[in-house]
Amino acid sequence: MNFRSHLDEVLSSSKFAVTAEIGPPKGSDPNIITKKAEMLKGYADAFNITDNQTAVVRMSSIAGCCILLKMNMEPIMQMTCRDRNRIALQSDVLGASALGIKNLLCLTGDHQSFGNHPSAKGVFDIDSMQLIQIVKNMRDKGIFQNGDNILARRPDVFIGAAANPFADPFELRIDRLRKKIKAGVDFIQTQSVYNLDKFNKWMDEVKSNGLDKKVHILAGVTPLKSLKMAERMKFYVPGVDVPDTIYDRMKNANDPKKEGYEIALEIVRELKNINGIHGVHITALFWEDIIPSLVEETGIRTMH
Amino acid sequence: MIITKQKKFKDLLNSVGKGPVFILGCNECATLCHTGGEEEVLAMKDAFEKKQVRVSGWVILEPACHLNNDKRLLRSFKEELSKSKKILVLACGNGVQTITEIFDDKDIISGTDTLFLGEIKRVNEFDKRCNMCGECLLDLFGGLCPISRCPKSMLNGPCGGAKGGKCEINPDMDCVWDQIYNRLKQSGKLHLLEEIQKPKDWSKSLEMRREI
Repeated sequence: MNFRSHLDEVLSSSKFAVTAEIGPPKGSDPNIITKKAEMLKGYADAFNITDNQTAVVRMSSIAGCCILLKMNMEPIMQMTCRDRNRIALQSDVLGASALGIKNLLCLTGDHQSFGNHPSAKGVFDIDSMQLIQIVKNMRDKGIFQNGDNILARRPDVFIGAAANPFADPFELRIDRLRKKIKAGVDFIQTQSVYNLDKFNKWMDEVKSNGLDKKVHILAGVTPLKSLKMAERMKFYVPGVDVPDTIYDRMKNANDPKKEGYEIALEIVRELKNINGIHGVHITALFWEDIIPSLVEETGIRTMH
Repeated sequence: MIITKQKKFKDLLNSVGKGPVFILGCNECATLCHTGGEEEVLAMKDAFEKKQVRVSGWVILEPACHLNNDKRLLRSFKEELSKSKKILVLACGNGVQTITEIFDDKDIISGTDTLFLGEIKRVNEFDKRCNMCGECLLDLFGGLCPISRCPKSMLNGPCGGAKGGKCEINPDMDCVWDQIYNRLKQSGKLHLLEEIQKPKDWSKSLEMRREI
């Protein structure tokens, strides 16, 4: 069987996948990515390169992905609809595929008011659902959004998207996942999980609707590095649900960094035992060097 | 309703210089927004005069965006207008430009910032309601517009950031997608949200002129 990417192969053969996020630098130095990548090589199947996350200007995702490719590591290129219209997005899909990028993650994107250029004009010509569908049609039907044919090679990419089990209204979260599947998504990376009860409730719904059979679900994990980060996640980051029990543990800990790591270990161990979960996606914000031990200690890379 | 807010007085003072200035208001939107009705025009006149800026006259247009009405009304103010090189318009961006069209020898000063097309909730409280996209999709969303009321204009919302019915970018603002969901649920039309809405044809909003 032909796989679109290594990630596709891991997921399609029912192995437990690990993806990890690498945030590009606020500058043009490729060594920042190279260093992080060297440290993480072998600890994940594929690596997300973010696209100006939280609307802060950084090195472009496509460039970061190319740096990984040179190191024989598999990138997942994140694409948001905030900064580019359908013309630019489709052009970048073709460009990414030409360069050898095989996984795309389609996102609507954080609103520009959260970032460091709040006076920028947000594009939002299309949304993530439409981007998934456009990429799917480019790949499977060989057509652009306007219906024109792609003339020289279709972009054969593995299509990802995000899902947030914790956002409101809860009832709509399943409908929206179903809609993303209908649009053509191959894999899902969820919002970071802290509230396991709520996550399980969502997964039960996912399974009872048979959706885990139609899409590969990777559960998000973000280790809390400090109390300040726990506070930010709990009170300020939209869409994140940090329950009081976790927050209190961070607050009362003598060594919050160690506690945050312990919590992450527990969450990963719980997640890997949930039926229907096909892997984890680790976003260790400014703490990428924790990923190797988190992966080793939980044994998720030996689940192949 | 075109919602406007008055520019800062010190900026307007800077623009009119020593005057004299003629002030125009508008009897429709700017009156209801309390930015360019008779009360606000007279208050502006007083404020200028206190700063020794001469005001040669004023009038409330009916409404400012009506070219022929403006021409007719302004005919009776020829003398007052001839004394002023500057005209301050307390109306929306459309009203200001209609005045620009009438006078080619005067400095036209916009006295307001035009914010959006919206509704008056209470006195001095306004909510955006329409982006004038040229192709109304309200029927698909229970009569609530995600293009003008969702900051990301999502046609397949909601995004993952809404909490307790509030928008992620402003907790004082209702998430329109939450409202759409509740409204469609109530009327048994949730199936409408199952359809993937296709990318919007923004070319419909590029019309610059319409003749009937």
